[in-house]
Amino acid sequence: MQKVIITVLGKDSVGIIAKVCTYFAENGINILDISQTIVSGYFNMMMITDLTNSKKDFESILADLDVIGNEIGVKINMQSEEIFNMMHRI
Amino acid sequence: MINISEVTETNEMIAHENLDVRTITMGISLFDCIDSDLKKCCDKVYDKICAKAGRLVETGEHISRTYGIPVVNKRISLTPIATVGSASCKSAEDYIEFAKTMERAAANVGVNLIGGYSAMLAKGTTDKERIFLDSIPEALKVTSRVCSSVNVGSSKTGINMDAVRKMGDIILDTAKASYGTESLGAAKLVVFCNAPDDNPFMAGAFHGITEGESVINVGVSGPGVVKKALESARGANFEVLCETIKKTAFKITRVGQLVAKEAARMLGTPFGIVDLSLAPTPAVGDSVAEILQEIGLEYPGAPGTTAALALLNDQVKKGGVMASSYVGGLSGAFIPVSEDHGMIEAVEKGALTLEKLEAMTCVCSVGLDMIAIPGDTPAEQVAGVIADEMAIGMINNKTTAVRLIPAIGMKVGDTLQFGGLFGYAPVMPVNTYSCATFVNRGGRIPAPIHSFKN
Repeated sequence: MQKVIITVLGKDSVGIIAKVCTYFAENGINILDISQTIVSGYFNMMMITDLTNSKKDFESILADLDVIGNEIGVKINMQSEEIFNMMHRI
Repeated sequence: MINISEVTETNEMIAHENLDVRTITMGISLFDCIDSDLKKCCDKVYDKICAKAGRLVETGEHISRTYGIPVVNKRISLTPIATVGSASCKSAEDYIEFAKTMERAAANVGVNLIGGYSAMLAKGTTDKERIFLDSIPEALKVTSRVCSSVNVGSSKTGINMDAVRKMGDIILDTAKASYGTESLGAAKLVVFCNAPDDNPFMAGAFHGITEGESVINVGVSGPGVVKKALESARGANFEVLCETIKKTAFKITRVGQLVAKEAARMLGTPFGIVDLSLAPTPAVGDSVAEILQEIGLEYPGAPGTTAALALLNDQVKKGGVMASSYVGGLSGAFIPVSEDHGMIEAVEKGALTLEKLEAMTCVCSVGLDMIAIPGDTPAEQVAGVIADEMAIGMINNKTTAVRLIPAIGMKVGDTLQFGGLFGYAPVMPVNTYSCATFVNRGGRIPAPIHSFKN
């Protein structure tokens, strides 16, 4: 399994999750977990996804997410899960 | 499974607290490049650097994108050139050819600094090493990426006082040679006692003779993260304070361990060490001085500064040691004046003096770092400052270093501007009472009593 963490940060609006999830569905990226909060009007979402059966490689997805983020006015980050495991798990 | 608060915590550190991987440094052995023919030797050095480090920058950038963490610098350290060039160099000009070769290779692979224009003189100086020392001012003038270091003492051998005295001249000559570029040459020249073979941080990085063919060493840094974490421990006792630093250092170092392992794997090069140092930059929120203030000092230099720094340094090590399989390099808190806006402010306020900085170096890594002194300081006084710092390292079994910048044409109160990572430095006074008779005695200071452990 190639787990990556997606974070979406920005001003809340209709359809953020739909837009991101549609992209994942179209590209064979499986979503394992989603958490989401709104803090003072700001949208904060984290997804754990698996790229094992993805049609695109890490770098291409990163570039696509940047474009999608710009379209809907949010900042989308994608990072390998390892950095969080290393920092928060012994 | 990882939860949203953990992800947010990590990303806050990166986005707002300046957590970054300060450097991925590739050490490269040049022993197999040694040749009696100068041109052949330089060609072999150039080819080897380009072959080994050709993918270093690209790898660092890939890692940065994969983990979403900045990898600020990609750098190279080499086997000390004084040794590599001893068969082929007959003059200082010959050695300068090596500096130019290093510069060309560094430019080719895209690294901003390359270390190893170095000599290891802890006990004595060979004829060729003497020639090498004379080449340093010009070598640092005609290059922009090359860094130089000279080890003049160790706890095992004592202090080579001839080399200390000579470095007083070399530092001044280097500053004079680079006059007009704000004496930047001297900012790339370090004098060491107990120099580590695996230090990834410039200007003192070199690939020690104990090292293998090539190695990846990583320096990770986050003074801002420690400062932020300590904001939650305001008013708490020392136990809480120390625990907070330790836990934060653990988290920071884990990132370094991850990056080091991944860089080593991708480059097919053995993983060497993670350096645990807290290395500041001139940016606000990336300062060791701010941590000292958060611990409870009005400015660094106030009474209590040495104690605060001692506990900070010790807790950083305790937290970091468990986070990495191999820890090395300098590993502690850096207190360079020009590269830390809080230190600069403390000097400008009159809170921090050269003498207090010297006391602070007894309990933290490195030493008198990036300190501007008046340009008319005599060479003997510079040598005296070096001797004091080397003595601290020798007696306390620790690395100490001196990176003084004589500000040519400037006096106390003036400000030397470097720009970029090197920052700026207020010119600090040096005690003017003479030590010339002492440093001109010649010879070496014997090894300390605790070196006889066999």
